[in-house]
Amino acid sequence: MNLAVTIPYWGQSLLRVLGGTVAVLLPAGTIVYLFLFKMMSFMQSRLGPMEAGPYGSMQLFAEVGKWLQKEDITPARADKRVFRAAPLVVLVSTFLLVAVVPFGPDAYFTQFDAGLFYMLAVSSISTLGILMAGWSSANKYSLLGGLRAAGQLIAYELPMVLSVLGVVIQAGSMNLQTIVIKQNSDSIFGWNGLGYPYIATQFVGFLVFMVSVQAELTQTPFDMPIAESELVSGYMTEYSGFRFLIFFIAEFATAGVFALIASVLFLGGWGIPFSWFGWHSVDSIDNWMNVAGPLVMVTKMMVLAGIIMWVRFSYPRFREDQLQRFAWKVLIPVSLINIMLTAIFKVAF
Amino acid sequence: MTDIADRQKLSYIAAQAADARLNVELETEGMTLNIGPQHPATHGTLRIIVRLDGEQVIWAEPSAGYMHRGYEKLTEVRTFPQVTALVNRIDWLGSFANEVPFILAAEKLMDIEAPARAQHIRTILFELSRIANVSLFLGDLGVQLGAVTPVFMAFRDREHVLNLIESATGGRFHPNFDRIGGLKDDLPAGFITECKQVMKKLRNFCDEMEDLLFGNEIFQSRLRGIGVIPAEVAKQYGLSGANLRASGVDWDLRRDQKLPLAYDKVEWKVWTHPDGDCFARCWIRLQETREATKIVDQLLDTMPSGPVMAKVPRIIKVPEGEAFVSTENPLGEMGYYVVSKGDLGPFRVKIRSASFNNVSIVPWVLRGVYVPDVISILASLYFILGDIDR
Repeated sequence: MNLAVTIPYWGQSLLRVLGGTVAVLLPAGTIVYLFLFKMMSFMQSRLGPMEAGPYGSMQLFAEVGKWLQKEDITPARADKRVFRAAPLVVLVSTFLLVAVVPFGPDAYFTQFDAGLFYMLAVSSISTLGILMAGWSSANKYSLLGGLRAAGQLIAYELPMVLSVLGVVIQAGSMNLQTIVIKQNSDSIFGWNGLGYPYIATQFVGFLVFMVSVQAELTQTPFDMPIAESELVSGYMTEYSGFRFLIFFIAEFATAGVFALIASVLFLGGWGIPFSWFGWHSVDSIDNWMNVAGPLVMVTKMMVLAGIIMWVRFSYPRFREDQLQRFAWKVLIPVSLINIMLTAIFKVAF
Repeated sequence: MTDIADRQKLSYIAAQAADARLNVELETEGMTLNIGPQHPATHGTLRIIVRLDGEQVIWAEPSAGYMHRGYEKLTEVRTFPQVTALVNRIDWLGSFANEVPFILAAEKLMDIEAPARAQHIRTILFELSRIANVSLFLGDLGVQLGAVTPVFMAFRDREHVLNLIESATGGRFHPNFDRIGGLKDDLPAGFITECKQVMKKLRNFCDEMEDLLFGNEIFQSRLRGIGVIPAEVAKQYGLSGANLRASGVDWDLRRDQKLPLAYDKVEWKVWTHPDGDCFARCWIRLQETREATKIVDQLLDTMPSGPVMAKVPRIIKVPEGEAFVSTENPLGEMGYYVVSKGDLGPFRVKIRSASFNNVSIVPWVLRGVYVPDVISILASLYFILGDIDR
């Protein structure tokens, strides 16, 4: 970064995270949320929010306003400090997650070689927040929800990591920017009109990744930790006011961020196939890609977030033991086989 | 009868025994979880006290009475025609069906019978209220298991049925339309064609539900083999309606008993299921909704002409005597034991409501299941709080 004032490293990091929050998370959260409400409404043969703004497009702001006005209740027997910190921990995990997502050749907040590793590590911080919330609420439903969440999130972290490994093997790098560039500069069997999005060969990995994302987000069919009709929203039971709002925003923003990451890993990220414009490497990419890249990313995010929500509103939920069985007996073996095959093909060709 | 103190003592002993078992075997502590009185899965104010070992239920007890409205006592200070307005509120999703057995009991005491047309219309409205009730169950089932969409479809199509009931009776939820000796009014013009269209929509709705829910693997894995009630146990606990038929007992009061209703004039099938699990109970209700639409269709075709009201005195005094009439209501067998001393109102009315007996099996069926299964079992047993507490 070339700025007139020299900023210490921590200051730069802070600025980047704040930039990430403002520039990515708020629009991502808003879009996913609106998308969610409208799409869900049309699926359920109703109109959805119509009053706040044109076609209810300002609904999120109305809801934020509503939640901010509410009283911030901490249960008398709660572990107060942990209780108050828990939503922030979950939100911080989302903030940190967005820092490594590249949006264009130069439009990224930060970029380093262990990007993917960092992303997987940071995404599991939210488990901590959820467990904190579940334990500190002094509520039996919250406790059950928190324990379920811990078990589920840890179980699904594994297939998520394993499904991503196929991409790492193919790209030969854990740098997300490199992964995007590789996907757009290569060709499928000599035909490079599409670049080479890894979904073409890593389709199994993509499926496993999306299923794990669904579980990490605790969306139906993996919403056993929340289970409104059963645990009365699980670890969120005791939360109200803006702390509930933070959980709520974190949920949708994380959905958006994971959709972004999935599009980076499997759908070619911000890139438009380089051959269309005669680019050969990162250096020859035109500058306008820094503007077009984010738009491409948003489009891909919308598609993937749409799939996440579509599944969410169509399926009933798994039971706790069923979803554990699904993770350990189906997803993990499948992704291991995927890694093996990818490695064999990588070496063979 | 055990009184409340005894029950508390029993529950305490059970909890201690459960804990003792746990402490010896697993060295863990049990946890008492109150599901309800305010809990989304009980759709009302039923409280179920469960003793948990981790997520496994080792002991459960339903505790009813949070919404007791004293209808049995209230009937004693009402005249006979006024009682229907009260009993309407017992099973609030299929209100008209609550009125019929009471009116039939009163008619039995007075030894009069409604004209053929009134019997026909009664049966139609009875089945419409069954559809209104069970279609909501099918939607609510989805919500209980985490699928949000079915309930909106259920409300969408239930709306048509409610509109029909409203067009005929003037009340959407609480028709209060049944009278001793017949009905308040004849059907409105255009009811028959409209009703036929709605029945078509409802059949589509049933197909939709079968596709969306019953065909779903997750749905099946959540319900199949869960909460199995063998036929013997079902009979011992006095289950009725779909819960009993799902255990393989072929027993339907619409077919098995002779009442002045028009069921003997139509062809329909009483479905049973050999499994007795949650899926069977839900599936039976789906089939019953379909059968109900068929019954209504056939009754609309064979509607006799004539008056809808028999000759009854202006001031109704029911002669001295006792009568019990029960019908196959949406939730199961619902009956009224009416005692008259020859006054304007009943001397005593005992209401045998389906849900109260259906819920009595909860301690038996919940033992040993997991918390998520508690919800699917409660959802599949299908009770209405008004029907439990009266």
